[in-house]
Amino acid sequence: MSALTERLDEIRAEGRAALIGYLPVGYPDVSTSIAAMRVLVEAGCDVVEVGPPYSDPVLDGPVIQHAAATALRQGVRVDDTFTAVNAVAEAGAVPVVMSYCNLMIQRGYERFARELREAGGAGVITPDLTPDTGADWIDAARKQDIDTIFLAAPSTTRERMHLTVEASRGFVYATSLMGVTGERASVGDAAQHVVAAAREAGAERVCVGLGVSTGAQAADVATYADGVIVGSAFVKAMGDGGDLDALAVKVQELAAGVRGVV
Amino acid sequence: MTGSLQSAPGPFFGEFGGRFVPEALMPALEELTDAYDKARVDPAFFAELDRLARDYTGRPSIITEVPRFAEHAGGARIFLKREDLNHSGSHKINNVLGQALLTKRIGKSRVIAETGAGQHGVATATAAALMDLECIIYMGEEDTERQALNVARMRLLGAEVIPVATGTRTLRDAINEAFRDWVANVDTTNYVFGTAAGPHPFPAMVRDFQRVISVESREQMLAQGGLPDAVLACVGGGSNAIGSFDAYLDDDNVRLIGCEAAGDGVDTDRHAATLTAGRTGVLHGSRSFILQDEEGQTQDSHSISAGLDYPGVGPEHSWLASIGRAEYWPVTDTEAMEAFRLLCRTEGILPAIESSHALAGALTLGKELGPEATLLVTLSGRGDKDVEQAARWFDMLPGEDA
Repeated sequence: MSALTERLDEIRAEGRAALIGYLPVGYPDVSTSIAAMRVLVEAGCDVVEVGPPYSDPVLDGPVIQHAAATALRQGVRVDDTFTAVNAVAEAGAVPVVMSYCNLMIQRGYERFARELREAGGAGVITPDLTPDTGADWIDAARKQDIDTIFLAAPSTTRERMHLTVEASRGFVYATSLMGVTGERASVGDAAQHVVAAAREAGAERVCVGLGVSTGAQAADVATYADGVIVGSAFVKAMGDGGDLDALAVKVQELAAGVRGVV
Repeated sequence: MTGSLQSAPGPFFGEFGGRFVPEALMPALEELTDAYDKARVDPAFFAELDRLARDYTGRPSIITEVPRFAEHAGGARIFLKREDLNHSGSHKINNVLGQALLTKRIGKSRVIAETGAGQHGVATATAAALMDLECIIYMGEEDTERQALNVARMRLLGAEVIPVATGTRTLRDAINEAFRDWVANVDTTNYVFGTAAGPHPFPAMVRDFQRVISVESREQMLAQGGLPDAVLACVGGGSNAIGSFDAYLDDDNVRLIGCEAAGDGVDTDRHAATLTAGRTGVLHGSRSFILQDEEGQTQDSHSISAGLDYPGVGPEHSWLASIGRAEYWPVTDTEAMEAFRLLCRTEGILPAIESSHALAGALTLGKELGPEATLLVTLSGRGDKDVEQAARWFDMLPGEDA
């Protein structure tokens, strides 16, 4: 039982879904981004996804691309990710990292997993690493007791869903649609199908991400998923000015959503 | 001896290659791999591809001996493999016709592609027009500016060209954007990848479609009296080079030399010499050499040639370099442009700036080996698209007289 699964199970026992908030480290600058992650926790996020910015984020839409590019221009480092993870843990939420794989490969999978564990992190979401190409990562993560959180998509076949569920620890990240991160007018039916397919393949905990930006959408997703993942909407709320009050308001809206209060 | 090096199937070439992509794309890559595996053993598929190569592209492309150019290369005999004479102006058409046929086979109606210099974009737009496919081309904004003529060509052929304004506004960002499109539209869309890089099956499949270059040239050189001492080709992602090398991989006496873009020099931070100055990592779906900082952030590349201005390289090249079967030489902007001018003036052939990097390599190698040597250079594309840029480089534009 990892810290992440424990927390997700406690939340399920409360009869609600978890709110998982994503923010890139270093946007609009390192200290503001860490302060923003504390705001996520204070305003109602149960789990915080800490995102080390990467130069070529192929699964991200314009909002997170912009944030990552801004952070990299300011000189953000992978070390800052572990500082942020530590801050999230101290603030009382479960920190996980969402990282493109080259940053992990260059640091070394074993070292990355060890440093994350030492900083208090619970798991890593790998948007461009699937279980079949991630065997080395899975080994390194298991040794450090770090959860390996893989993505499942509407296009995922039955066979691949089994592979994904089998290799995932913590939760399975169900992408609600075919596309990149960013707000959508509606979340659509695909998410529910991905969650159902993951559960059928044996997944105990499935959280939904991509496209969720309003309390109403969160409330809807919360009826069938164990957690609701929100990224771009939080980044956008904070903006280049780092408006933490606006961020808190947005987080509260989503936190009410996962509790079915809209 | 462990058997042939030719036509290695992937997904891995030694430690390089693989398929590092979002899960959403994995089913499409598996479908494409499956369709290609079926097509490659289907005589009807290759019969159709051969027919198009002959009747549409104009294959086989000729080889041309260039003695006046060779006088400047230590007197070595130099032959050019004339991919510049292909319909649409470069080797890119070889690959695109194969992938467009495959697109029809898997029942998709829309193709997307990235392009740097515009050669692959033009080739894709050409094949899309021929085969009635909707065509979207992603091109870095900076490249749309330096290759404006090719943008117009693509639009004339009915393609939609989307300038990519993010990041470095070059080929690398065009690939990122094409992947984002593909994730969102994979049901209807096939990604016609332009180079022998990216996730499996692209490196092996693109190599197979480009292999015709070396299969033809090997026969043509034998008819001239023997295999060359060396085969030279420019390397960006590396599709013309891998196609130029493959049939020679088991000819141990034939040196294989890829010429990378060294921009202002590999000792500066403005170059694209990935195999010379990069190290192993993952970019755009495969493990290969890349130009990156110590943390793994991709570094900006530079080359006068938009087609070589890429901080990655195909995984099979990284493998060939690692086992010592191929050499990779850095060629600066200045060296490439001098070779460009020399070929124009001595032979009346206007090469692409990309291909001029391989010509510069031949000038160096010829001087090293002397008159006994025979060199084969792949002229991967024609230089019509580069006229304005070259004229500016040499101060030949009207009103720019000193």
